[in-house]
Amino acid sequence: MTASRSSLRYRCQLRQPATERRAETHPLTWRLHDDNRLIGLDEYLDKDGYVAVREVLGKQSPDEVIEQVKEANVRGRGGAGFSAGMKWSLTMKGEGIPRGYLVCNADEMEPGTFKDRLLLEQQPHLLIEGMILGGYANNSRYGYIFLRGEYVEAARALSRALEEARAAGWLGNDIAGSGFDFDIALHTGAGRYICGEETALISSLEGSRANPRAKPPFPGQSGAWGKPTVVNNVETLCNVPAILRHGVEWYQGLSGGRSDDGGTKLYGVSGRVNTPGLWELPIGTTGQELIDLAGGIRDGKALKTWLPGGGSTGFLLPEHLELALDFDTVGQYGSRMGTGLLTVVTEEQSVVSLLRNLEQFFSRESCGWCTPCRDGLPWVVKILQSIERGEGEQGDIELLEDLAVKLGPGKTFCAHAPGAAMPLQSGLKHFRDEFERGISHRPRAAHEDPIPVGEV
Amino acid sequence: MNSTAASRTDARIATDAFILHDEDRRAIVHELGHYEQPQAACIEALKIVQRRHGWVPDGAIPAIAEVLGVGAADVEGVATFYSLIFRQPVGRHVILVCDSSSCFLTDYESLYASLSETLGICFGQTTPDGRFTLLPVCCLGACDRGPALMIDDDTYGPVNPDDVAELLEAYA
Repeated sequence: MTASRSSLRYRCQLRQPATERRAETHPLTWRLHDDNRLIGLDEYLDKDGYVAVREVLGKQSPDEVIEQVKEANVRGRGGAGFSAGMKWSLTMKGEGIPRGYLVCNADEMEPGTFKDRLLLEQQPHLLIEGMILGGYANNSRYGYIFLRGEYVEAARALSRALEEARAAGWLGNDIAGSGFDFDIALHTGAGRYICGEETALISSLEGSRANPRAKPPFPGQSGAWGKPTVVNNVETLCNVPAILRHGVEWYQGLSGGRSDDGGTKLYGVSGRVNTPGLWELPIGTTGQELIDLAGGIRDGKALKTWLPGGGSTGFLLPEHLELALDFDTVGQYGSRMGTGLLTVVTEEQSVVSLLRNLEQFFSRESCGWCTPCRDGLPWVVKILQSIERGEGEQGDIELLEDLAVKLGPGKTFCAHAPGAAMPLQSGLKHFRDEFERGISHRPRAAHEDPIPVGEV
Repeated sequence: MNSTAASRTDARIATDAFILHDEDRRAIVHELGHYEQPQAACIEALKIVQRRHGWVPDGAIPAIAEVLGVGAADVEGVATFYSLIFRQPVGRHVILVCDSSSCFLTDYESLYASLSETLGICFGQTTPDGRFTLLPVCCLGACDRGPALMIDDDTYGPVNPDDVAELLEAYA
């Protein structure tokens, strides 16, 4: 049986039905409909939309806004987990400092991650409201939504929402009579994973090749066109309106004591599970709860390993399923929470092959700026390919371990290579036997068994 | 497409033959207003040209550079960096197959094999009739319904190898 074309169309959908979602407990998704339809300006306004903007702009100081976001401890949902309030407090502002930019990172490309798409396609006004508040807090002159080019549906939704917001006075001069001027442009990309890296994103926004930049200076000091620039993930910004509307204590309470981090998280599961999907849950929800929500592993198979938040996070084992998925907890086990969308690997799937796939991805997507990344990743791929074919050499595993260190933090301008190194390092640690099975040769030196001239 | 075909038979270099459409020029100039510096409109300018021609012909590079007031080398550097800017002709429809981890684990390789067999081409190639180009793409953010692919602006998933023939039919 082949499926019809319309039934094959991808539709981004939250797994929780609308009846299970409430404003008090699901700040990101309570407005969303079961039929996935776009929430336009009128509906958004009916459902508490832009209330935070009206209550905050001109009535609270930017520093007061930052203080609340800091206290709420909303940590960067793009994967790095850096405190958003802290980031905002480090943005240069004040006498003699030019107003800069607030950039929303909507370049969602982390393998296994499909969360921002939901917010962008179905509820663009929440992001716009979050950006207005972020722009106010950071004294930004202008905002950009850096959207990956493939998110066509999201581009449509955002363009329409930006027009609606502008027409209704939520963007432009003197927003809500506050005296604050701010507008947002949609900037769509043209491919390349590296654009999601904060400083590469700024290079790309400026119309250059997406090469990352050295830090310091941090974007908050000198970013786009040398102006103070704040880059925040979609989900991070979407948390801001509710924090300012309902308060820090309420936001902190959302995690229900599961985590020191505040709020909820868009968690998801993909891979061979029965019902892969996306949920808004208290931050600190465990991997086991997520896999249960996803209906368990397909075909009655067992779980071999899992990535907690995208291709640049480290492998975790079934024994780690009881851990609270928050930034600090996962960080203690040789991985990172990353984007919080689980990739499930089942017992019959090969970690060597998956790593080969991941490293091919990182190798292809390296911008080529730094030598360890540009040259090291293709080397890793070649070794993994030979091990996958059962043609690895003695010493290859040690070589991979060495390369994982040399690709690690501090060797390159950005976190691309360290991101590639993390699954490699943890894969070698947890599944060394799988690699060993692919080793069949003793090491061959270049001068050994030379091929006689004329025989090639 | 016609102006491009003409440029290839022309004895002069392609640069002479490419004429930036007025509408495209206006669209690029409009984009300039969104940024502090003109170079920033470069990617959008390339996309504007690509929307009309299907790809970015050689002659478009200096033409865009002139509108932006930047060097042609800067524009070419950008054009060759981004994977969704095509610097050679592509088919009428571009198929982007997600080959990232979640689709790998849900067997995109069988889907790719089916596409490759049906179309008679591999990644990076265009069918001889100019109908389809097949390319790999970074995680499409449709991991809950992998394996996923895009044809032009449409995203599909999960796509079984058996679905390929019917799916392609809609794209003439």
